[in-house]
Amino acid sequence: MNKEELKQLKVTALHCRQNVLRMIKANGSGHLGPAFSCLDIVTALYFHVMDVDPKNPDKEDRDRFLLSAGHKGMAQYAALAEKGYFEKEILDTFGQFKCRIPGHPDMHKLPGIEVNTGSLGHGLNLACGMALALRQDKKKSRVFALMGDGELAEGSNWEAAAIAAQYKLDNLCVIVDANGLQISGHTKDVMSYEPITDHFAGFGWAVTEIDGNNMEEVVATFDKLPLESGKPNLIVAHDIKAKGFSELEDQVGCHYWAPDQEAMARAEKELEDAIKEVLAQ
Amino acid sequence: MKLILNENMDDIELTKAYNEALIAVAKENPNVVDVEADVANCIFGPNFQKEFPERYIDLGICEQSLSSVSAGMSAVGMVPFCHTFAVFASRRMCDQNYISCAYAKNNVKIVASAPGISSGENGGTHHANEDIALVRPITDITIMEPADSAAMRWAVKNAAENFGVYYIRAERYGQKRIYADDAEFKIGQANVIREGNDVTLIAEGNLMLDASLKAADLLAAEGISARVVDIFTIKPIDVDTIVKCANETGAIVTVENHSITGGLGSAVAEVLVDQFCAVPMKRIGVPNRFGEVGQIPDLQKVMHMTPEDIAAAAKTVIGGKK
Ligand SMILES: Cc1ncc(C[n+]2csc(CCOP(=O)(O)OP(=O)(O)O)c2C)c(N)n1
Ligand SMILES: [Mg+2]
Repeated sequence: MNKEELKQLKVTALHCRQNVLRMIKANGSGHLGPAFSCLDIVTALYFHVMDVDPKNPDKEDRDRFLLSAGHKGMAQYAALAEKGYFEKEILDTFGQFKCRIPGHPDMHKLPGIEVNTGSLGHGLNLACGMALALRQDKKKSRVFALMGDGELAEGSNWEAAAIAAQYKLDNLCVIVDANGLQISGHTKDVMSYEPITDHFAGFGWAVTEIDGNNMEEVVATFDKLPLESGKPNLIVAHDIKAKGFSELEDQVGCHYWAPDQEAMARAEKELEDAIKEVLAQ
Repeated sequence: MKLILNENMDDIELTKAYNEALIAVAKENPNVVDVEADVANCIFGPNFQKEFPERYIDLGICEQSLSSVSAGMSAVGMVPFCHTFAVFASRRMCDQNYISCAYAKNNVKIVASAPGISSGENGGTHHANEDIALVRPITDITIMEPADSAAMRWAVKNAAENFGVYYIRAERYGQKRIYADDAEFKIGQANVIREGNDVTLIAEGNLMLDASLKAADLLAAEGISARVVDIFTIKPIDVDTIVKCANETGAIVTVENHSITGGLGSAVAEVLVDQFCAVPMKRIGVPNRFGEVGQIPDLQKVMHMTPEDIAAAAKTVIGGKK
């Protein structure tokens, strides 16, 4: 990837974060930390990695993105809006009665959403089903599923981990948004699945670890897929919850944010500055 | 029954009342433990943790384990109060609640927060509109929906003191004051909180009792006298009071923050049929539709759960009397 493209991806990830702020502004509150931590990955997927077409969101051989950690819904909406799946005005309806962008994504409300999530521990199994069916259909499509690290405690994930390995689903790539936090504290204190790579490797997955907020590394890793033929892929993305708004970064309290006007203004300013900085590079 | 029925609002949220009551029973009984699954914040769990760090167990995001681990603790003499959102406490934990807790005759108190249509922007995935329907067929389980802080305090104390599996619904927002601080409750006893002769509104929970009392006011303005009953325990259900209300008022409307299938409405209908005293009846609650994103007033409207809907249903059943 050339320098210009990388720069553009970084800016897009920041624009996506601006979209998240726009949604929170409309609703008064939202899951800022969960959305911000994964947005470099989600941006890379939609703008560099996946074969998707906003003009033809249902095209048969598209790659699939599943947001298993459905409470990060704003991250997906932000990227879909930026990519042109829908008009940005819809972002201003976040959380409203009958809106198309509820707190957790709904495939019947918006193009580009592949599954309904919000109850943790469903996405990986859904992704296995899709990967299996796409392979049987002889499709080239790949399936990407994004999970939280706290979410790994749901036992259903480990049933899916075995299924994916047993059926050699190398068209499946799971990204764990390993920000080290869940609602009630640090995952290492609440319920630790460290080292995450070892657990999945034990089931027979091909695994790797990256800095999930380093766009260059994110892109380079996705470009290497499949990591090994015949094995499902796991990328553990070590990143920072609320990345992009420094006063909340890595704070337990950043899971859900109900800002006052001044806090919102500070967050907006920080993103604007960050964009300028990237453009000046 | 001692009531405080005026425009008073509770000074604390129901979830806070739950937490304070749990700390109070834990002070008396060293076997009481608080078991959580990463959503303790919404029920003031950290306060319990501060008081009793060793008796506070957060398992992380694994609700099936929440149920079975609690059952295991009960089997060696603990009294676990295990809490998560009502959606997960019912749908996700169903088999564990059944086998590990109830069938094994363990002593687990399942606490289900944010029931019904109270999930705001979280949307349909977070609506627990079927939890009572999923839990109610389980043998010997006690299902309570405390309607205010006084009822909540009594419920937690009663659950701690009596062996068995309880399912306690803890509303997120309910704050209308209904009972006096020293009101005495009983398992299996509904409470008449407003007298009336023409129709009975049988409700559960703070939100729907509040709506029913408002409906009774609307009806009173038209010269219709509506009795309002707080069912309090959905299981065991108060057969005598339901029969009495059917005989004395001749018409019933049930009002629940839950699907009209399998919950309070179904339970009351079962009583009326079994006791040969079927009278005209209607069920107010979530109709056959999924939950959706929105705040409570909007959802009440679209689900036909407003005071106006209740009053209209009351007039319909009165019109159906022979
Ligand atoms: C089955 C289930 N249990 C609980 C919840 C409530 N919940 C939403 S987000 C969350 C924490 C998730 O932590 P993690 O997976 O680490 O994601 P992060 O918040 O770090 O983005 C919890 C417990 C849920 N949505 N689904
Ligand atoms: Mg996390």
